Amino acid sequence: MNHWIIAPVILPALVAPLIAWLMRFDITLARAFSLAGTVALLAISLGLFVAAADGDVQVYKLGNWEPPFGIMLVLDRLSALMLLLTCALGLLVLVHVIATDWDRKGQHFHALFQFQLMGICGAFLTGDAFNLFVFFEVLLIASYGLMLHGGGRKRVKAGLQYVIMNLAGSTLFLFALGTLYATTGTLNIADIALRMRDIPLEDAALVRVAAMLLMIVFAIKAAIFPVQFWLTGTYANAPAPVAALFAIMTKVGAYSIIRVYTISFGPDIAATGDMPGTWLFWGALVTTAIGAIGVLGSRRLMPMLSFAVIGSMGTLMLAVSAFTPESMVAALYYLLHSTFATAALFLLADLVVRRRAEGDILRASPPIVQNGLFAALFFGAAIGMAGMPPLSGFLGKLLVLETISDLPHAMGAWAVILIGSLFTIVGFVKAGSSLFWKSTTLEPVQGKTVPGKTVQEPAGALALAPSITAIAMLALLSAFAHPVSGYLEATAAQLFQPDGYLAVIPAPEPGKGG
Amino acid sequence: MEMIVASSVGVLTAGGVYLVLRQRAFPVILGLAMMSYAVNVFLFSAGRLAVGAPPVLNKYADVPYSDPLPQALVLTAIVISFGMTAVLVMIALGSFLESTDDGVNIDPDHPDIDDDEDEDDRIAGAR
Repeated sequence: MNHWIIAPVILPALVAPLIAWLMRFDITLARAFSLAGTVALLAISLGLFVAAADGDVQVYKLGNWEPPFGIMLVLDRLSALMLLLTCALGLLVLVHVIATDWDRKGQHFHALFQFQLMGICGAFLTGDAFNLFVFFEVLLIASYGLMLHGGGRKRVKAGLQYVIMNLAGSTLFLFALGTLYATTGTLNIADIALRMRDIPLEDAALVRVAAMLLMIVFAIKAAIFPVQFWLTGTYANAPAPVAALFAIMTKVGAYSIIRVYTISFGPDIAATGDMPGTWLFWGALVTTAIGAIGVLGSRRLMPMLSFAVIGSMGTLMLAVSAFTPESMVAALYYLLHSTFATAALFLLADLVVRRRAEGDILRASPPIVQNGLFAALFFGAAIGMAGMPPLSGFLGKLLVLETISDLPHAMGAWAVILIGSLFTIVGFVKAGSSLFWKSTTLEPVQGKTVPGKTVQEPAGALALAPSITAIAMLALLSAFAHPVSGYLEATAAQLFQPDGYLAVIPAPEPGKGG
Repeated sequence: MEMIVASSVGVLTAGGVYLVLRQRAFPVILGLAMMSYAVNVFLFSAGRLAVGAPPVLNKYADVPYSDPLPQALVLTAIVISFGMTAVLVMIALGSFLESTDDGVNIDPDHPDIDDDEDEDDRIAGAR
């Protein structure tokens, strides 16, 4: 048993309380410790990524209980990839937070940040549906703290909505798990898959109810219509670096849908069949449209970026909803792309908004320092998000369009994605020109800005590095699209021929029953 | 007994959903609490209802036993929902103290909402 598999959960779980307990008054020490923890986490996830690359599904049995009786962690290509993505994003966000002093605006940022990483890593690793619920709660409770970091009237109000939405979602999650346990008698993801193959047809209705309840729960996390309303308020009012970190939170929902509806309720299982895909398709279609219209209609930068996130989640889930190995490659590629594009935009927005006299309102305001540099970076991140060449958004959308072309309503989906992309481009053009271009016609007014309200000094190399790295990741994803998609093809193959995953459940001994 | 358990889950959920759809934080918290009670009872029934059956196997006799796993799940669910409710109460209280009303909606017409003055004051105060 490879004990490194549990390290991504254990390490932040140890670092976080140490920071909260011993380093609460020493921000320098907390920063160093948090940074060291995140770098170590990145190294571990890189190691796990290499370990999973050979295609073996590795199991970590907690307490050495044999599955399906104990809880198990499972490391396969998909979870290793998501872990690596989480740690890379976490490091970018952490560097940005340290360079811009966000962590001084409230207490316990680093402890909450580590707990957040713990919850996300755990959710990606676990092989048990109830344990998934527990890790969801861990990442949520840390995200409540991060979302409210820095305080402020509007942020607390938006945070209240976010917490209420997620508590309702958690209740729904438990109802789904209860129904699932009552019908299948297990909550182990691999064991559910085995039981689903010979589920009596009179129980199929209840299983379908459980499957769709779970779909709603994951859709809340992934912000799919009709449960996407929480996202704009939350992302637009959260501290911008936290919103950048939340780019991975929507992906937790996407990951859960990919995992559960390929392994447990796969397309080959008679009881659920193609029902999850059908419902997901229409939800994702409307989500894409909402995102595009929202980007075009926003008058402030932060809500606009939030709608761009919703639109990209819609496109991602459209690819997932086909549930074929090819479409899963497209979905995972787009997932990688959309995580870094979202992070780049939110990190840049943070640097820009704190320097503008008008804040994030999209109207001309006196030019900020380094106007040209920020404009160039925003341009790069925006063409990444909108899906224009040469960055990875273009390839991602192309893959998505190609792989969903066999679906019954593919033409409608094509139209929504393409027109939505046009809307997104126009929205970003509008935003970019009012943020950077129009402002060059105004005289910089020295006396008008209240001292201390906006930052006047230019951004240092450390503050710029994370956003530039995120944009560089988009370029790298595009340049190395072939090896990346090769890995993703192997990942998708592992999901759609889950023999390796299902082998973690030992076959029942003959004569003893299941 | 099935009737009593089923209807209690149903009534608690219905009341919870009704309260969650209110516009003020306090009824919403009560509603979420009721929904978590409902889900706890529901999880119990997921392991089939049995009266007077201990959740352990008896190795000396073939006596009925109840499924221990849902009981463990309920215990976890109770702890989590209790903690979450406490966090929610604190956030609702913070929201009430900051904006002097306990509405859940972000009111776009509220005079304090559209500027970020208070946030900037806080940042300046922290320096």
